Amino acid sequence: MILPLLEVRGLKTVFHDLAGAWPAVDGVDLIVHPGEIVGLVGESGSGKSVTGFSLVQLIDAPGEIVSGDVLFKGEDLRRAPEERLRALRGDRIAMIFQDPLMTLNPVLTIGEQMGEAILEHRPCGRQEAMAEASRALSRVGISSPEARLKQYPHEFSGGMRQRVAIATALLNKPDLIIADEPTTALDVTIQSQILFEVQKLSRETGTAVLWITHDLAVVAELADRVAVMYAGRIVETGTVDDVLDRPRHPYTLGLLGSSATTVAPGERLKQINGAAPSIDARPSGCPFRPRCERTLPVCAETDPLPQVTCTGQSYRCHNPVPEGHAL
Amino acid sequence: MTAYILQRLIQSILVLLAVSVVVFLAVYGIGDPIELLVPPQVSAAERTAMIQRLGLDLPVWQQYLSFLGNALKGDLGHSFVHGVPAVDLILARLPATFELVLLAMGLAAVIGIPLGLLAGLNPESRPSRAIMAGTILGFSLPSFWKGMMLILLFSVFLGWLPTAGRGETVSVFGIPTSLLTLDGLKHLALPALNLAIPNMALMIRLVAAGTTEAISQDYVKYARAKGVRRKRIVGRHVLRNILIPVVTVAGMEFGSLVAFSTITETVFAWPGMGKLLIDSVYQLDRPVVVAYVMLATLLFVAVNFLVDILYAALDPRVKLTGEMA
Amino acid sequence: MNPSRTATSAVAADADTALRQKVLRRIRSRPTTRGAVILLGILLLLALLAPFIAPQNPHDLASLSVMDNRLEPGSQGMTGITYWLGTDAQGRDMLSAILYGLRTSLLVGLTSTAGALAVGILAGLTAAQFGGAVDAVIMRIVDFMLGFPSILIALVLLASIGRGVDKVIVAIILVQWAQYARLMRAAALVERRKEYIEAAVNFGLPTRHIMLAHLLPNSIGSVLVVSTISIAGAITLEATLSFLGVGVPVTQPSLGLLIANGFEFLLSGEYWIAAFPGIALVLLIMSLNLVGERLRRSFNVRG
Repeated sequence: MILPLLEVRGLKTVFHDLAGAWPAVDGVDLIVHPGEIVGLVGESGSGKSVTGFSLVQLIDAPGEIVSGDVLFKGEDLRRAPEERLRALRGDRIAMIFQDPLMTLNPVLTIGEQMGEAILEHRPCGRQEAMAEASRALSRVGISSPEARLKQYPHEFSGGMRQRVAIATALLNKPDLIIADEPTTALDVTIQSQILFEVQKLSRETGTAVLWITHDLAVVAELADRVAVMYAGRIVETGTVDDVLDRPRHPYTLGLLGSSATTVAPGERLKQINGAAPSIDARPSGCPFRPRCERTLPVCAETDPLPQVTCTGQSYRCHNPVPEGHAL
Repeated sequence: MTAYILQRLIQSILVLLAVSVVVFLAVYGIGDPIELLVPPQVSAAERTAMIQRLGLDLPVWQQYLSFLGNALKGDLGHSFVHGVPAVDLILARLPATFELVLLAMGLAAVIGIPLGLLAGLNPESRPSRAIMAGTILGFSLPSFWKGMMLILLFSVFLGWLPTAGRGETVSVFGIPTSLLTLDGLKHLALPALNLAIPNMALMIRLVAAGTTEAISQDYVKYARAKGVRRKRIVGRHVLRNILIPVVTVAGMEFGSLVAFSTITETVFAWPGMGKLLIDSVYQLDRPVVVAYVMLATLLFVAVNFLVDILYAALDPRVKLTGEMA
Repeated sequence: MNPSRTATSAVAADADTALRQKVLRRIRSRPTTRGAVILLGILLLLALLAPFIAPQNPHDLASLSVMDNRLEPGSQGMTGITYWLGTDAQGRDMLSAILYGLRTSLLVGLTSTAGALAVGILAGLTAAQFGGAVDAVIMRIVDFMLGFPSILIALVLLASIGRGVDKVIVAIILVQWAQYARLMRAAALVERRKEYIEAAVNFGLPTRHIMLAHLLPNSIGSVLVVSTISIAGAITLEATLSFLGVGVPVTQPSLGLLIANGFEFLLSGEYWIAAFPGIALVLLIMSLNLVGERLRRSFNVRG
């Protein structure tokens, strides 16, 4: 068995307010192998973005990572000194953010913002850094990159800015890219172009990708493995084929039923009853219980532990969807 | 760009015209212009001669036009007290006020920006709270009293610095300055500090608020995710964003610094145009007061104009077109 | 209490960390503000009761003893009176002079702010209600006024109309109304878009009634909040004008004029004549600023 690139165990991140500490991420276990693309799927408020930031220890007050281990190539990031984390961020672990309009500094040129990602990690000249940035821009399909480097973010469209972010993430040939809903703000045609490019670049460079999204269709198109997140924890994980074709957790099943791409033409979309519980009103036992159609009395009492199948698919449910259940 | 500059230029001219009307009405319209403009000590014959020479027997609009015409030629009347053109009198005092104001602005920026950054980065820390409390004090101390207390402390009790006057000056390109002599700097220190303190407080507040806002922005988090060092995040990403409001406000405050220099110059007997204004008010030397108001307006308008251009140069998002972005 | 609450509260309790303490501390009200309110109350009370608590009537020249001039703080006077804060060049008890000066300063500050509020609110309401050319004219005047440093306008105005309590008040109203007009207009414009105003218009209520009975009470909040800080500004302005010799008359000295009178004795080390009225003035301005700042933050008004 190969050593995982990233191994997360029992990660818990809370947010403090006057009434107490609310767990946004509540005991997440996650593994990413070198070179693979993992989709982290969940509704908004499920804690998937907070998980992404917790991995690189970028949680600011009032948030706080209170327990768990984050092992990156065997190194415990939770106990790593800040300077070590800084050296890893953007170099070995790159991030792409959700909103391309907000993440680029409006008053600095694209060249400066790409260049600093190189210069803060490697001793190299400004000109060399610009040349690399220019190559990275043309790799993500931006024409006349040298001229573009001298421009400011407002001179780029949303899709172009996200390409800049992807090019920036690739600059230092990282081992892992954490992409937090990078295509949500873009329109569909640009979204699929970018998905295609990310997949291609990941294959070419051997970079692993943790793709955070609410969209199962994106995961189906892009990922090798998927982890489904609900109320701060991973409720089901496995290969994309296993999880999307043979879901065991009722929540995954519900997500699939409400996703347009998995439903035959003419058939009605289903929806999951109710809404995800807010962070301060999670029920006892299984957090999905109030919305679940398969509840048993035990569901109110204990939170189900992960069950693993022979194919490595894992789910947390007292009354899983039977195998071979028709979608 | 050209259209924008042209538009701002027209606006500026309109403001100047409006001020000229107000000043004209205030000084020539309200009350008896003869009493205001003709020195009281002259004889009746001289009086009539002066009235005719000044055109005070003409209708008001004709008087205004001749006032305006003269103003355009740089003639805003003669000082009653000194007998020389009022404009010349003020321009001779300009360098002294300018070096005071510029040094005060420099002090406010050099001390205010770092303190503001410090307070903005850790708003809850003890030093930050002390700095922010200090700014309330900076705003609250009346300029004239603060100046007196500076004199009391540094001149009367400690005996380190002189109490008044400008000290030794040297001429650079024909402009006298005290920035280049030790004696001059000693004389400049207290008035400049006094003038700088409220501006410093403003700068600290502005930078602190801007920093607190900037560090919560996504682009800062993104920069951190890129592994950019804190020093560079603060020094480049944050500072470059704060610079825009700081330069704008510093420019706009230039006018109020010139205005407040009247008080500081009075307290420290600094021979600038502010002191001249106050002296002219005491001596009822109205042409000088009128000339001061017109020149000060010209100065404010010019500075605001420059600030707008500078703002556009600093913020890449602002395009200088006919309308504001 | 429902069971889910209990479950999460347990989580909350176990994560009661230092960070949480910090958050709590920040939210707790600041003692500085309470201090400022108390100080302001004391100063107002002192000003109000000045005739009853001042050891001397500083305006009554007969009760002054010129022999007692420029005595240090704590000195005993010819008549046996103790001058706790010293005396000025006329032999006037500084403590009494400060108490009476506080009255004059507050009188000018409060009256002029009230006047500026009235003018500004009326102008702002009118601009918002009528819009169009009326709005344009009023707002151009406002921009024009705000474009110049207030001290300069007031100084030049008083230089031509002469000194006096009433004249200072007029000058301060002239330089301060514009900021209220701008704030009032902005608040009233927001309010005007609301449905109840539209309903009142459709109902055929007279414009004046809509302005005064609906628009005014519902949009005056932010203006009043900012006015606390502006009282401090008005008091400072009055003190400065009086210091420059164009403010209140010598017969009714404010704190600013008392400080000005002490200026010439400063260099010989007779600090108390200028220093003590200054401290009183600073305490007054600071407490107003602190209270005003707190109000502004609490109501989230940008002034």
